[in-house]
Amino acid sequence: MQNSKFLSAIFAAGVTFVLACLMLGVKLNTEGTTLQVEGASTEQWTWIGLGIAVVFLSQLFSAQIDAFFSGLPKPQLAKVLPEASVMARLKPWLLAALIVGMLVWPFMVSRGSVDLATLTLIYIMLGLGLNIVVGLAGLLDLGFVAFYAVGAYTYALLSMYFGLSFWICLPLAAALAALFGFILGFPVLRLRGDYLAIVTLGFGEIIRILLNNWTAVTGGPNGISGIAKPTLFGLEFTRRAKEEGAMTFHEFFGISYSSSYKVIFLYLIAVVLVIFVIYLINRLMRMPIGRAWEALREDEIACRSLGLNRTAIKLSAFTIGASTAGFAGSFFAARQGFISPESFIFIESAIILAIVVLGGMGSQIGVILAAIVMTILPELAREFSEYRMLLFGLLMVIMMRWRPEGLVPMKRPHLELKQ
Amino acid sequence: MLSIKNINTHYGPIQALHDVSVEVKQGEIVTLIGANGAGKTTLMMSICGDPQATSGTIQFDGEEITGQQTSSIMQKGLAIVPEGRRVFSGMTVEENLFMGAYHRDRREAEMTAEHVLALFPRLRERYSQRAGTMSGGEQQMLAIGRAMMSKPRMILLDEPSLGLAPIIIQQIFDIIEKLREEGVTIFLVEQNANQALRIADRGYVLENGRVIMEDTGAALLVNEDVRKAYLGG
Repeated sequence: MQNSKFLSAIFAAGVTFVLACLMLGVKLNTEGTTLQVEGASTEQWTWIGLGIAVVFLSQLFSAQIDAFFSGLPKPQLAKVLPEASVMARLKPWLLAALIVGMLVWPFMVSRGSVDLATLTLIYIMLGLGLNIVVGLAGLLDLGFVAFYAVGAYTYALLSMYFGLSFWICLPLAAALAALFGFILGFPVLRLRGDYLAIVTLGFGEIIRILLNNWTAVTGGPNGISGIAKPTLFGLEFTRRAKEEGAMTFHEFFGISYSSSYKVIFLYLIAVVLVIFVIYLINRLMRMPIGRAWEALREDEIACRSLGLNRTAIKLSAFTIGASTAGFAGSFFAARQGFISPESFIFIESAIILAIVVLGGMGSQIGVILAAIVMTILPELAREFSEYRMLLFGLLMVIMMRWRPEGLVPMKRPHLELKQ
Repeated sequence: MLSIKNINTHYGPIQALHDVSVEVKQGEIVTLIGANGAGKTTLMMSICGDPQATSGTIQFDGEEITGQQTSSIMQKGLAIVPEGRRVFSGMTVEENLFMGAYHRDRREAEMTAEHVLALFPRLRERYSQRAGTMSGGEQQMLAIGRAMMSKPRMILLDEPSLGLAPIIIQQIFDIIEKLREEGVTIFLVEQNANQALRIADRGYVLENGRVIMEDTGAALLVNEDVRKAYLGG
């Protein structure tokens, strides 16, 4: 036992050494037309040596370190929160306070924070959508960004070619994304696990490549710019109305123009959309179809033995998840004013999936928290933006060690023993 | 009630059932016994349409169900308690039961649930407990209860005694007899031949995918060959 520990520690240190040597130890410099290999400075070598020592020791004493960490008390959410009966009474008030807070908050902070909050809300929407597919129905979807793209391009194209307004396009985008989910779902849902993941991954790429190459319609890599912003009952948020005779927001209310109104307005739309999505999904989860999703994830054979049609159930999860992404997509296009296939690369799917896994599969509160963490942390750590992916990996490793069930795991009803 | 005529079932190129014919009449308990790999579970699954029989016919209540989708077969008043219980371990007893009544009106289902709980008082004690935390016997009761939630006229039971303690097995068999008294027809697949034949009206012996014997339960119980092969001499 001790021996194998030692060996694995040496192995890990060796791997670190090789990686560090390749990535940090040697540098390539161009001198004229030739490349020159240059070694790292003594100081860097000291750091590399230290790093290797840390890896070696942490591997050697991993059992002790684990014991130390498991000895640390885990945050007990149940102890912080008041008792269930009190909680049930407080809940509507807390919710109301939260919503009021969210509505009032943007008027008191900077434009940048509001913008960031809007982005977070988009990811919350996406996370909630994928949560149905992955968290509840247990279908691993690696191409979720495709539906997001469908939603965004639906609004962008309809607005560009037909001049349709955001509010008309919003349901259309959701419907079209749902249709795509449905079409993809049919052939794909006889697959399971890894195979399903691969096909959905491919689908995500197909959509992106299609958008990239169908230059005549989508503008290809140049994307679509100048997408119309949402209006409030026809009132625009620009300094001057685009059309003759139309009113802008500040003219109508007789206040001076400020560009932050537009940001706040977008934020408020996002809040409303998120609340709508949460409400809808909550209702669905309480309906038999929600139970059926979970049942299907737990045991497919049992589901079939009870006469549940697995295709219909999977398809419904896929479709509803996709429509949520379409929702988020069309809002994203409206907020950004510019979209290109660049916005819908695989890493977006990965981030959304990370949000769902990080939050705790199936748990709505968890997904919301994780979306906040995943969008705000990179902003806070802007100085470390070079190491963003590294931090991302570190976060995942820590989560797997410390809380593999997610931030706020899905709560199942359970019986409490009274003592 | 259930009449299976000359069905053949294949898994790819391998034939698992050869010309199997089984007849179950209303109100009967019919048991199917056989060794491992004889094709008992395959026969059960063929009735449910997964895998579908390659030839032959299966009729339930006079209606041809061969070739129909599993989900529609299972909505015709037929229920199966699958091998290995297969309860939804993350869900509570209540949620498990109501999954069984997925296609029924909630209010009607609640009445059936009341009936099931009367039959299995143990489940009432565990009503809001997660199914995965219960003992094997309790899970088996739940699996049977869940199957009953669709108010089936016939229940297929696939090895309900699998992996249970003898005293629990006795309870399960008592329950099966109780079900029959309520007018539910039962088709029982068992390796525990002794007990199964004791409560069965009739029995079939399956060997290598063929029905090799068919008689009343009592007659099979004393049959020399059956005793040697399945009852331990």
